[in-house]
Amino acid sequence: MCLGVPGKITEIYEHNGFLMGKIDINGVNREVCLAYVPEAKVGEYAVIHVGFALNLLSEDEALETLRLLREIAETEP
Amino acid sequence: MKYLSEFREANLIRGVLEQIHQISTQHWVIMEICGGQTHSIMRYGLDQLLPQNIELVHGPGCPVCVTSIELIDKAIAIAALPGVIFTSYGDMLRVPGSHNDLYSIRANGGDIRVIYSPLDAVRIARENPDKQIVFFAIGFETTVPANITSVLLAKSLGLSNYSILVSQVRVPPAMHAILNSPNNRVQGFLAAGHVCSVMGYWEYLPIAEKYHIPIVVTGFEPLDILNGIRMVVEQLENRTYKVENAYSRLVTEQGNIAAQSTIENMLEECDRKWRGIGLISLSGWRLKDEFAEFDAERRFSVESITPEESPVCIAGLILQGIKKPHECPAFASMCTPEHPLGATMVSSEGACSAYYKYGRKAMAI
Repeated sequence: MCLGVPGKITEIYEHNGFLMGKIDINGVNREVCLAYVPEAKVGEYAVIHVGFALNLLSEDEALETLRLLREIAETEP
Repeated sequence: MKYLSEFREANLIRGVLEQIHQISTQHWVIMEICGGQTHSIMRYGLDQLLPQNIELVHGPGCPVCVTSIELIDKAIAIAALPGVIFTSYGDMLRVPGSHNDLYSIRANGGDIRVIYSPLDAVRIARENPDKQIVFFAIGFETTVPANITSVLLAKSLGLSNYSILVSQVRVPPAMHAILNSPNNRVQGFLAAGHVCSVMGYWEYLPIAEKYHIPIVVTGFEPLDILNGIRMVVEQLENRTYKVENAYSRLVTEQGNIAAQSTIENMLEECDRKWRGIGLISLSGWRLKDEFAEFDAERRFSVESITPEESPVCIAGLILQGIKKPHECPAFASMCTPEHPLGATMVSSEGACSAYYKYGRKAMAI
């Protein structure tokens, strides 16, 4: 149930008073509700759950995590 | 950055696994709270790659599994009413109630529709002004903003034929219940990343403190999960008990403030029964009085049925991390995904369904 998939925001607009948008999930375009990520910009990534963006993804944080993991993976036992 | 393939990279996975093997010196029991994580663990075979002394037990984070049988019976009764279109996420249709399930109502002519998003239910309400549309609003904190936003949309559209049957539950009270149980075996938690993307992890700080238990906010990709396990094991070995965040690309300590403020405006905490576990005080949410007209429990009066559970199913013990699915006498014999006795065998996130699907049938894990 709590599954979410990352997607790239390609369009932002308002519909029925709610912030909506289009999101590209692996080449598939979907309409999603962006009401809870009002700061979203086109080109940013968000995690999508039941048609809603849960939160925006931070590229800086993702790169930092990967950098740390690479460091851990390369540590000689 | 695709935010997926990078977190499935084999070399990094090997390296993190090696570290876990290096640092773990004794037997530790770690619970992943979220059923989505249980399925990732089984799907990628992570349980079989870990050192033997790291035991994973599977938590109650599957809303389909923990929705009380009383609410399932109520959903079935409402769905059977004439003039009702009942909408739900797919898994709920096969969950056994006391006597039948939602599918059997549909087979007998009931109008029951599987939807992907709660906004689809509102669209159905707009398209069918002469029908009552009820949405089965199940879920943990992750799903609650979407579920209740459908009410805001229905309200702004002036729809009077839309209501939701609320079965919203919260993770922190369940963690307290697990840790307070005399049978508790859990020594560390992987906290559910998507729950925390909404709620943050400030609520977990007092839990880690009170029970001296490490809690690591964890994502869903194999590398995320192994890194979460590594961080919990490191804390256990070093005797530290902190809340850490292994999913910082999505989760912050304070969470999604806009979503939390909608929750605060529309819902109030209430006691909820968890299927197989029992009543957990203040573990759920319900609509506030000002949204009463959208509350299906208040809109439809249906006779209450005395609930009847399968006498052999041990789903409750599994959801608390006390037993494993293959320890159930009915597992993979009387109880299969085709003929489930309990919700944990139905849901795509249930621990029993994960063990069945990924072949953890008889081996000791």
